[in-house]
Amino acid sequence: MISLTVNQKTYQLDVDPEMPLLWALREVIGLTGTKFGCGVAQCGACVVHLNGEAIRSCVTKCDRANHQNITTIEGLSMDNSHPLQLAWNEENVPQCGYCHSGQIMSAAVLLRENPNPTDRDIDDAMAGNICRCGTYPRIRKAIHLAAKLNGGKGNEK
Amino acid sequence: MEEISRRHFIASATTAGLALWLGLTSEGNLYKAIDSASVNFSPFILIEANGQITLFNTKPEIGQGTFQSFPALIAEELEVSLDQVIIKQTNGEYQFGNAQRSGGSASIRNSYLPMRKVGAAAREVLIKAAAKTWNVIESECFAQKGSITHAPTQRKLSYGSLIEEAAKFDLPENPKLKDPKDFKILGKMSKRPDIPLKTNGSAEFGIDAIVPGMLYAVVYRSPVIGATLVSYDATEVLKIPGVVKVGTAERIVGVYRYTGVAIIATSYWIANQAKEKLVTHWDNHGFDKFNTRDYEAHLRTLANQTGIVEKAVGNVDDVNLPPESYLEAFYETPIIAHHALEPLNCTAQVNGDRVEIWTSTQVSSAVTGKGAGDMHGQIGFTPENITLHSLFVGGGFGRRLSMDYIVEAVNVAKLVEQPVKVIWSREDCTQQGPFRPMTFSKLKGGISAQGALISFEHKVISPSLQQSRDSTFDPSKVDLAMMEGISEQAYEIPNMRNSYVRADLHIPISPWRSVTSSTVSFAQESFIDELAYQAKKDPMDFRLEHLKKTSDAKKVLLKLKELSNWETKLPKGSGRGVAVWEFFAGLGGQVVEVTCHKDKTITINRVIAVIDLGEVVNPDNVRNQMEGSVIMGLGAVMKGGINFVNGKVAEHNFYDSPLLRINEIPKIEVHILTDGGKVKGVGEPGLPPFAPALANAIFAASGKRFRKLPFELRL
Ligand code: FES
Ligand code: FES
Repeated sequence: MISLTVNQKTYQLDVDPEMPLLWALREVIGLTGTKFGCGVAQCGACVVHLNGEAIRSCVTKCDRANHQNITTIEGLSMDNSHPLQLAWNEENVPQCGYCHSGQIMSAAVLLRENPNPTDRDIDDAMAGNICRCGTYPRIRKAIHLAAKLNGGKGNEK
Repeated sequence: MEEISRRHFIASATTAGLALWLGLTSEGNLYKAIDSASVNFSPFILIEANGQITLFNTKPEIGQGTFQSFPALIAEELEVSLDQVIIKQTNGEYQFGNAQRSGGSASIRNSYLPMRKVGAAAREVLIKAAAKTWNVIESECFAQKGSITHAPTQRKLSYGSLIEEAAKFDLPENPKLKDPKDFKILGKMSKRPDIPLKTNGSAEFGIDAIVPGMLYAVVYRSPVIGATLVSYDATEVLKIPGVVKVGTAERIVGVYRYTGVAIIATSYWIANQAKEKLVTHWDNHGFDKFNTRDYEAHLRTLANQTGIVEKAVGNVDDVNLPPESYLEAFYETPIIAHHALEPLNCTAQVNGDRVEIWTSTQVSSAVTGKGAGDMHGQIGFTPENITLHSLFVGGGFGRRLSMDYIVEAVNVAKLVEQPVKVIWSREDCTQQGPFRPMTFSKLKGGISAQGALISFEHKVISPSLQQSRDSTFDPSKVDLAMMEGISEQAYEIPNMRNSYVRADLHIPISPWRSVTSSTVSFAQESFIDELAYQAKKDPMDFRLEHLKKTSDAKKVLLKLKELSNWETKLPKGSGRGVAVWEFFAGLGGQVVEVTCHKDKTITINRVIAVIDLGEVVNPDNVRNQMEGSVIMGLGAVMKGGINFVNGKVAEHNFYDSPLLRINEIPKIEVHILTDGGKVKGVGEPGLPPFAPALANAIFAASGKRFRKLPFELRL
């Protein structure tokens, strides 16, 4: 048995401890906001927070998450009230939208560590998240805006 | 209309009580009905007695914005705001016809007037109904925000309360459309209703479908493309806990049929891991000798053949310039994969002679349609017995115009009673095709003593898209899909001959965003630049000199010239390049500015992208599409293509088939031209001009000419 606390709710799962967390979230628990893109830690579509740290759930075994706290995009806020969600909506970031659960979860950790990131900081922190549709210019803008909404200065350069 | 189709349809739009349905017949005539039983046309508007208004979007949302832009055309004329209506994605229902597809940047350019007409017709009968109810003249009534107001008395009636009366009036044949200066939505809006769903995890993509009792499957397909399955041994696979069944499943891609081995299990992860234990034997038919490197050499040899002429103007053989007035060049581009971020997937449940499908597709109506080329014939179900749930699409780019992964999933689902979700691994998506084909181009141009381009030849050497898709294609004919845009450019050149040399290929190929314009534009617009230098002209002026007549392309170039400050000099080592490209999807042009550094690296300082649309629905969304097109174009320039070694694709996943990342993108400025004229597409025209504009900029800055994609940003 694996015990996962996801978005503050605890689940007892009868899964192979080797199973990547991604599939436990999507297929066993039914939280499909976290996406599969590559399965090999290359694209960031599957990023969730494990005890507040951004991890790639496609390569994180359930075993490692056992009895730990996980936050997924659904746990950030369902009413889009989180500053990153507000900013993403304000800047009309998504195209197909598939990458953005992972983008937002990565950005959340960036802003916690660095409330006023520069473009360079954003590039460094977000280079692990692929967007095939090419929404990168808007991701940058939205992170600056979220920093402002958070009370930061929204360091544009 | 068949009973079953109506059932599907009503299931997707249940109404309680009286409702007014209004839309178009298959002939494009306006039509309406007051009860759902007589809806045998495409009902784009549904107004219910309780006031609820539903607009139907027939264009799958692949990231291009049709979930908003298509209904916006109706809403503008109907005088409702998008936040007071429900937008429903259609699911290939028979009533909505065979244009339930997203491709060719066609959604808005084909629907701009028809959908506005639908909205305007509804507005007109609602106004008539209100005027009759109040016994006043129509001209005193106006529509606003879902109600009709009687101006002198300020009385108001909601659309819902007027439907019964409205249904009694004949629909106008040509309803009066609004004057664009009165637009409240078109050209103005920005917020897309699908965006909130995409920032909190609630948007349901094909891969997110949850069907009770669902199993998961992967398919092991031959790594050597073209091999056929001889036998397999699943003994070890079936011992793995969680594996439910192993069987074969056929996938049809154009003219190709492949059989793979499906492993069905209780989770994708179990099924995918179980592949390792599967033993398969294949007949490679010699395709394991196929190497891209040899094939490219073969294409270069074929370039010496005389092509089949696609278009001839004047006579290039009669021009007779001295040999030094001619310039020849050879350009090459690679095979590439689409790499939509949502891996291919499809959930299917077979129940006797019926099948229910949940997936992300660009072609909903082809999945359910009755046409000869539609999917029913490939899966052995009658069209009436196919039910589709068309979900958000995590990237199309042309890959999801093919239904191969849906056909395959249905065949997997035939193996078990439960619903099955088939998921492709990223490696499957990278290696199995269909791919964008390469095109090689042989070009020749002749410059007159006055510096005018008077003779031009473009010969394309490539595999044939049509041959890959259509077994009736006559290989002695030109594949027009491979010559796309070449003869459509507005340049006035008195003698021209464009031709095609077809090369056989056993690998399935398909359109990729902007189709063949994504490769031939690189050759042609780079070569135009070469000819400008040959003529000792500035590349911008040289282009404009060959556009004497007014044209949209000329307008785009003039705008680029202004926005880029083309005439101001750049410091040594920096340069600008321009390219423009017009094709079926639309028209765009770009100026790229680069700096070549001492250490031989090249940086892109800015990209100025102009798109000519005629009319614009959502300008901010157009900018998003243009930014994305430039980034996708740069990715195709900088990142490697797909290479075959011993019949197999050498690349696997994003580590060896990389995509552009956030730290690699240039500054992009977008300018939209909307001064009327033909309504043109948005999703693709931002791509073709980028690669040639970049190569032209690098030449201007350094004197080095890149004639082969991909290339590194390094001299
Ligand atoms: S799916 Fe985990 S990084 Fe791509
Ligand atoms: S919006 Fe489509 S992959 Fe990012």
